[in-house]
Amino acid sequence: MPLSPDEIQRLARLARLAVSPEEGEAVRAQLNRVLGLIDEMRAVDTAGVEPMSHAVASAPGAGQRLRADEVTEPDRHAEYQALAPAVERGLYLVPKVIE
Amino acid sequence: MLNSTLSELAGALARRSISSVELTRLCLERIARLNGALNAFITVDAERSLREAGAADERRAAGRAGSLTGIPLAHKDIYCTRGMLTTCGSRMLANFVSPYDAHVVERFAAAGTVLLGKTNMDEFAMGSSNETSHFGPAKNPWDTARVPGGSSGGSAAAVAARLAPAATGTDTGGSIRQPAAFTGVCGLKPTYGVVSRYGLIAFASSLDQGGPIAKSAEDLALLMNVMGGHDARDSTSLERAAEDYTRELKAPLAGLRIGLPREYFGAGIAPAVLARVREAIAWFEARGARLVELELPNSRLAVPVYYVIAPAEASSNLSRFDGVRYGHRTRDYADLADMYCRTRAEGFGAEVKRRILIGTYVLSHGYYDAYYLQAQKVRRLIARDFAEAFGRCELIMGPTAPSTAFALGANRDDPVQMYLNDIFTIPAPLAGLPALSIPCGFDAAGLPVGLQLTGNHFTEARLLGAAHRYQQETDWHRRVPAATPL
Repeated sequence: MPLSPDEIQRLARLARLAVSPEEGEAVRAQLNRVLGLIDEMRAVDTAGVEPMSHAVASAPGAGQRLRADEVTEPDRHAEYQALAPAVERGLYLVPKVIE
Repeated sequence: MLNSTLSELAGALARRSISSVELTRLCLERIARLNGALNAFITVDAERSLREAGAADERRAAGRAGSLTGIPLAHKDIYCTRGMLTTCGSRMLANFVSPYDAHVVERFAAAGTVLLGKTNMDEFAMGSSNETSHFGPAKNPWDTARVPGGSSGGSAAAVAARLAPAATGTDTGGSIRQPAAFTGVCGLKPTYGVVSRYGLIAFASSLDQGGPIAKSAEDLALLMNVMGGHDARDSTSLERAAEDYTRELKAPLAGLRIGLPREYFGAGIAPAVLARVREAIAWFEARGARLVELELPNSRLAVPVYYVIAPAEASSNLSRFDGVRYGHRTRDYADLADMYCRTRAEGFGAEVKRRILIGTYVLSHGYYDAYYLQAQKVRRLIARDFAEAFGRCELIMGPTAPSTAFALGANRDDPVQMYLNDIFTIPAPLAGLPALSIPCGFDAAGLPVGLQLTGNHFTEARLLGAAHRYQQETDWHRRVPAATPL
C-alpha cells in the first residue's frame, strides 16, 4: 500500500525531520519505490524461522556481553562539551521546554 | 616506490633505503598534485603527517620499529581521529573533531603508521557511488567522469591513484568491496565482530564492519594483523585469540573447492564482467581447484532484506544527531522540537533522510512484525543457504558488482537502481561472512573488473591465500590508471 502525503508527514514528525510540502511529493515517490522493492521479502514463508539479530551468533563470545559494573571513564566533560553548540556552567543548552 | 606493496615498502624502510619522512613526502606531494581532480581526501594535514613520520624514523633508529612502522596510510572519514576532523561525509559533522580515537586508529598509531588524512565517502556510508558526500563525489582515477563506487570511494580512489599505499574502509552492504572492484584495488570485509567498531560512526550496527583497502591480498593480510582482534569497548567484538592473517598465503590451490552460485552468474550482469570473472575462475581450475555448482536460492531476497534492516538500524543510530551535544545546529527555531527537525533537515542529505524515513516506517507501530522481524527471519534463511553451501566448498566466487564503474549522475534520481548495484555484495554481511574483492581484468572501456571471494566465518586467511596465489601470476593489481601515471 503506497504511503500517502499525510503518512510522509507523520513519519517525518516521528523521525524529527522537517520535510516541506514541496519536497514531500518527491520523497513520497522515492519511498514508495523503495517499499515496492522491500515488498518482495514480505511474501516469504518464514513460519518457525528464528529471527537473526547477530550475524555470527554461533561464534565463541558472540552476543551481548556484560562488563563488571565499575567506573572506567574519567571525567572529561569539559572536553566533550567543547564540541557542543551551546553550553553554560557545565550544562547543555536547549530551548525552553517548560514555561 | 609509489607502486610498491606494503612488504616492499616495509623492506625499503628496514634497509634504510628510504625514510618514513621521505616516503610520506612523496605521498603528500602526489596528493597535492592529484587530489584536486580526484577529491579522494576530505582532510589532509601534512604537518601532522610529517611529524608522525619523523617519530616513526626515530622509533626505527631506536630499534623499536614494527613491521609497518613508518608506512603512510589514510583512514576513511568515518573513523574518529582525535585532533583531526571526522565528518562522515556529512554537513551534520562538517566541524566535528572527535575527542578520542577509534580502536582501529589507535592500533595503527601503536604500530607506528603515518596518517596521511581522511578519505571521502558517501554521507554516513549510505551510498554506492560516493555521490551522497556533502563534500562532493570522489572521482574514479580510471575515468574521472565515473564514480569510484561507495561508500569507501575516497579510500579506494586514493589507493588506485597511488596517493596512499593503503587505506581503511568500512563495509555494511559492500562499501569496501564494490569501490575496490570499481577502482581496480583489493578490499576485504572481515567476519562480523573481528574488527572493533569502537569509534567507527555507526550506520547499521548488526552489519557494519571495518576492513582494509590496498593494492594486494598480501597487503590486506598485513593490515588485518593490525586491525583485527578483540576490543572490550565494542560489545559485538568477538573474544578470539589473535590471528596471523598471512599464515595461508602459501597454501596450495590443488583440491580447493570453489562454489559457483547459479544466482551470481545470471541475467543483468555486464558481459565483460562475466567474461573476466570466468577467466579468473578458469585460472584457479587450471591450478587444481575444483569447481562446484551450487544455489543460494534466498540470495535474491538479500537486497530487499537489507533495505529493511540497514535503514531500521540507521534511523535508530542517527537519532543521536540532534544539535545538542555536537555537530550542526540550525540557526532559527521556535522550540525544542522545531530545533531538532530543522537541525536534522539541514544537516542530513537526501539519501540519509530517505533511509531514516524508511527505517522509521519499518519500525513504527503496527509494521514492526511485517517488516523488521520478517527481514530478520529471511536474513536467517540467507545465512542458512551459505551454511549449506560451505558444506560443499571452501569458498565462493563470482563478480563483486554486476557492472564496471558507472558514470557520475547515472543513478542519481533512482535510488532503487542504485541499490541493485550491491546485489552481490549484500549477502555476505547479512550472513556475517568474510568476503574480498580483487581485480581480475578490464572491460573494453579500460575499466577494472572485480572478482569476489566469499568464505565461511573466520576464513579470511584462506581467502587471502587464494587471492595471493592468483596475484603471484597475474598483474592486474599492479596496473596504474593512465590519468595518474607514476
